[in-house]
Amino acid sequence: MELNGYHNEDGAVAETEGEETGALKQSRTSGKETAASFRSGAVMENAAAGASAQSERRASNTITRQRIDSLKKNRPPFPWFGMDIGGTLVKLVYFEPKDITAEEEQEEVENLKSIRRYLTSNVAYGSTGIRDVHLELKDLTLCGRTGNLHFIRFPTQDLPVFLQMGRDKHFSSLHTTLCATGGGAYKFEPDFRMMADLQLLKLDELDCLIRGVLYIDSVVSSGPSECYYFENPTDPERCVQRSYTLENPYPLLLVNIGSGVSILAVYSKDNYKRVTGTSLGGGTFLGLCCLLTGCSTFEEALEMASKGESTRVDKLVRDIYGGDYERFGLPGWAVASSFGNMMCKEKRESISKEDLARATLVSITNNIGSITRMCALNENIERVVFVGNFLRVNTLSMKLLAYAMDYWSKGQLKALFLQHEGYFGAVGALLELLHPS
Amino acid sequence: MADCERIGRGTHSMDKSITLPPDEIFRNLENAKRFAIDIGGSLTKLAYYSTVQHKVAKVRSFDHSVKETENDPLYEISVQEEITARLHFIKFENAYIETCLDFIKDHLVNTETKVIKATGGGAHKFKDLIEKKIKLKVDKEDEMTCLIKGCNFVLRNIPHEAFVYVKHADSEFRFQNTHPDIFPYLLVNIGSGVSIVKVESEDKFERIGGSSIGGGTFWGLGALLTKTKRFDELLQLASRGQHTSVDMLVKDIYGGSYSYASLGLTGDLIASSFGKSATADKEFSKEDMAKSLLHMISNDIGQLACLYARLHNLTRVYFGGFFIRGHPVTMHTITYSINFFTKGEVQALFLRHEGYLGAIGAFLKGAEEDNPNQYSWGENYAGSSGLMSVSPDLNPMQRARSGTFDMLEMDRLERKLVNLPLLQDPSSYIPDTVDLTEDALSREYWLFCFEEALDGVVKRAVASQPDLPQAVERAEKFRQKYRHKLQTLRQQPFAYGSLTVRSLLDTREHCLNEFNFPDPYSKIKQRENDAALKYFQKAVKSLEKLSWEQRQFALIKGLLAGNVFDWGAKAVSDVLESDPEFGFEEAKRQLQERPWLVDCFDQWIERLKGPPHTCALFFVDNSGIDIILGVFPFVRELLGRGTEVVLASNSGPALNDVTNNELQILTERIAAMDTVIQTAIQEDRLILVQSGSSSPCLDLSRLDKVLATVVRERHTDLVIIEGMGRAIHTNYYAMLTCESLKLAVIKNSWLAERLGGKIFSVVFKYAQPSQNQDGHQ
Repeated sequence: MELNGYHNEDGAVAETEGEETGALKQSRTSGKETAASFRSGAVMENAAAGASAQSERRASNTITRQRIDSLKKNRPPFPWFGMDIGGTLVKLVYFEPKDITAEEEQEEVENLKSIRRYLTSNVAYGSTGIRDVHLELKDLTLCGRTGNLHFIRFPTQDLPVFLQMGRDKHFSSLHTTLCATGGGAYKFEPDFRMMADLQLLKLDELDCLIRGVLYIDSVVSSGPSECYYFENPTDPERCVQRSYTLENPYPLLLVNIGSGVSILAVYSKDNYKRVTGTSLGGGTFLGLCCLLTGCSTFEEALEMASKGESTRVDKLVRDIYGGDYERFGLPGWAVASSFGNMMCKEKRESISKEDLARATLVSITNNIGSITRMCALNENIERVVFVGNFLRVNTLSMKLLAYAMDYWSKGQLKALFLQHEGYFGAVGALLELLHPS
Repeated sequence: MADCERIGRGTHSMDKSITLPPDEIFRNLENAKRFAIDIGGSLTKLAYYSTVQHKVAKVRSFDHSVKETENDPLYEISVQEEITARLHFIKFENAYIETCLDFIKDHLVNTETKVIKATGGGAHKFKDLIEKKIKLKVDKEDEMTCLIKGCNFVLRNIPHEAFVYVKHADSEFRFQNTHPDIFPYLLVNIGSGVSIVKVESEDKFERIGGSSIGGGTFWGLGALLTKTKRFDELLQLASRGQHTSVDMLVKDIYGGSYSYASLGLTGDLIASSFGKSATADKEFSKEDMAKSLLHMISNDIGQLACLYARLHNLTRVYFGGFFIRGHPVTMHTITYSINFFTKGEVQALFLRHEGYLGAIGAFLKGAEEDNPNQYSWGENYAGSSGLMSVSPDLNPMQRARSGTFDMLEMDRLERKLVNLPLLQDPSSYIPDTVDLTEDALSREYWLFCFEEALDGVVKRAVASQPDLPQAVERAEKFRQKYRHKLQTLRQQPFAYGSLTVRSLLDTREHCLNEFNFPDPYSKIKQRENDAALKYFQKAVKSLEKLSWEQRQFALIKGLLAGNVFDWGAKAVSDVLESDPEFGFEEAKRQLQERPWLVDCFDQWIERLKGPPHTCALFFVDNSGIDIILGVFPFVRELLGRGTEVVLASNSGPALNDVTNNELQILTERIAAMDTVIQTAIQEDRLILVQSGSSSPCLDLSRLDKVLATVVRERHTDLVIIEGMGRAIHTNYYAMLTCESLKLAVIKNSWLAERLGGKIFSVVFKYAQPSQNQDGHQ
């Protein structure tokens, strides 16, 4: 990430405000869904609703009041960050206080101000950093302060550039604790110390993930909001996205699809276990797509996949049996062998890169679906929440997962998705900063 | 499942110039009764059922009321033709299919069948060709049903069918015992896709799941990534690659710290397959990508298999399909994955004849009216190629099977074989004392030993058929075949399951039969029986003069001395051939003085002072002095105590072991001169049964069903096992639910030394069920 965007607030950057990157824009328009822009509107509404609900609670409960007072004394100094450094992406959440008093404003050091302005007035940072504006949570009350929560991501390989910026901005002079989770918190801890003079507070990634999911769900809980599902997943004509209220969420299976996949069974706020995981995840999709098609970004890969046809690449049940394999109740359209047609030279020569991208996406997604389904059966859990950045702008995979859960379980399993897909670890890290457990 | 590429090309570019070696393949085709074919992606498996005419040695008693001359033998030996049933399975590349069909057409003369059962993805593509060529109607059978039927059949009929693969162990293959109850199990068939089938009984099975990520994914995706077309070549690439340059490992994400341990992860675990290739500007080697792909697919299948096994509470999981088919690389990665995901609770099992399951099943479907499952079947070591697997690390090209024909032959056994009802734990019973697959030193010795003895065996085989044509030529062919088997076993000790002294002996017997030497020892046995019979009454009389206690000792010594006469042991056959006067008394002098190497004689005497046994089952050993002067006097004593005796002898010939046929004649002759024996026979207190075996060794889990019934009905409470083959090489550690007596003279100095003794050391092991454990050395 080239963080020269701060000094270079040129037209190009300014114009994209409220939008995401060009690639994203493209995929949005090309994909049949315009869910992303629709979604950001919904989020704002909900955020407002959540905030008003909170203020009511506050007024009616003096004990809470006192707690918040005491929190004020204990709360950490700004800036408030939570970070999740994964194998592919760094996820950063930033709380922008909107209730800054004049007094505070005066006291606020220049560094802090410039960081706030830089992060909140841009939607893209350098060439690879992006703020997911549609996910922003407005008028959120955290630790007695009201403000907006921003969601920012950039590739893990650009972390050194981020550290360089931290050093240039004298971030360390703010004496803030940087809470970080994900494997990178461990891997890059020495770099944080050496390059930016920053001390990391390292946090367990699964703890953070669960904490983040439960928190975001609770602050955006009173409307058709954070959590959603697909109605009629087995009927493409009638398949629509619907909001879902995640009340009494336990037990739930939490499937986090990042570079790899972790599957957690969550029984209560503090009681969860990692059931299993698979190495066939988002990283595999992108890795294989890069090798097979020469693309280089997730957005590109998804874009290609949206235009391709996987049935040219995969061998279907009907390709082998001429129709359904009735003896085993296998429908003819089911994939018998992912990439199975590619055993054949003639067929290898007849397919497009788009077909390959689509087949890769379908294989990886279906595989996650079937492992998930088996875990749900073994753990006796009926509700599955899919999160992680593999699902970002990836309606194709979400619908496939929804379909797979529903079809193969004969309607027993429900696939749920969350708007803030990949940011829960980072949110959990931020919460740890504010409410050390 | 089908592989369009090979089949597509195959039909057009079939090499008709291939000439088939008819001696070796398609044997007994002229008598083929029934056909089945399984055409897979690249290999065709043909099954046929045929009758085999081969020579058997028969003995027939002379009418002794007419002929009573001193020099006449007591029975005559004749070699007769016998017809038995055999199942042939041949595996060859699809490219040979037309040539093979032509060959079949030319040689198929006696068949009455009109139909060929067919299965496999390629069956419909070759339907017309088959019908045109051999004029049999192709009748398609469901692939999975055939697979399961075939799987049940091999699990039930072939000992050491299943094995665990351990890559870095002394012996890569750990063969499993045949369980008396093979159900339930999980079969994970990895063809182009994956099918996971739960099998609960012969007819009840269910596809409980599957995955589209299978062998076709490895092949198809591998071909795209590496531009390598052949499956075998892809595997070879993979075996040379490093997956860590392509895969993102846990430690790549977490760095050098060990903090991931709290997640239950290890640093070398793959966090994201192909996670490092998510970049446009880096090149990756074919080998590395193939390796990463192999890991990805194997791990994924292993994980799903574990999840299904857990959900259905199954611990026996067999893997098959072209992805596995004997490839060490895939067996290793699947095994690794299963171990990882189940923490060792479930073992990945593989099958020696996995490639034949479909063909066997299709055949069985077609043969349902003959009800093949009512018989027991045995692998014919002479006609079967054995496991072809060779580690590709050692010699990658050796695995390329182009032009090779792989064969499996199974003989229908005349009698149904079952467990000895007295086995303490049939599922953990292992007949063999030493697994030569695991014991390299012993393996070296015994392979050497059998090779050394080969000349003598050939000589005796020729000598046994002075009047029959081409005995010398056939014996020479036998020599070549058996030597070749020994050489194969030296390279691949696991070729026919665990290598044991028993399997080496059985293979020799199968090879001798193959070349029509059904009983090379028939004349020797006849001579020895004649000689010993003349001495019988004298021997009995001298025993009767002794006091009870002296007699008991003399009887045991007699049994042991008789057991020295064993042509199976080289040291003895040398002595016998150089010194024919070596007699019974001489043998007794040769015996080790007490205390013996294993000496439970005092316990045995104490036991004899107690109440008599109800019924004793005696597995007898050699002809001549052993059976006549050793066993019969001992049997008399048991009968005198009021114990019923069941004498179990081999159904077919093996070395100089007395066969059931011979024993019947001998018993008649002895009964004629001994009233104790005669009365016992008349009163049905002494009976003869056949063991169901034609081996010098003894597998108590495969015995004649009649024997098992007799044992049960007569409340057998004592089992006596005699001889090196039956009591030392096998069954030394066999645990029974009743009293047992295992006795043998160690006639092999190497083995004696191994057991801590010298040649002619005596093992006299008496055990009661409760103290079975203590009897162990």
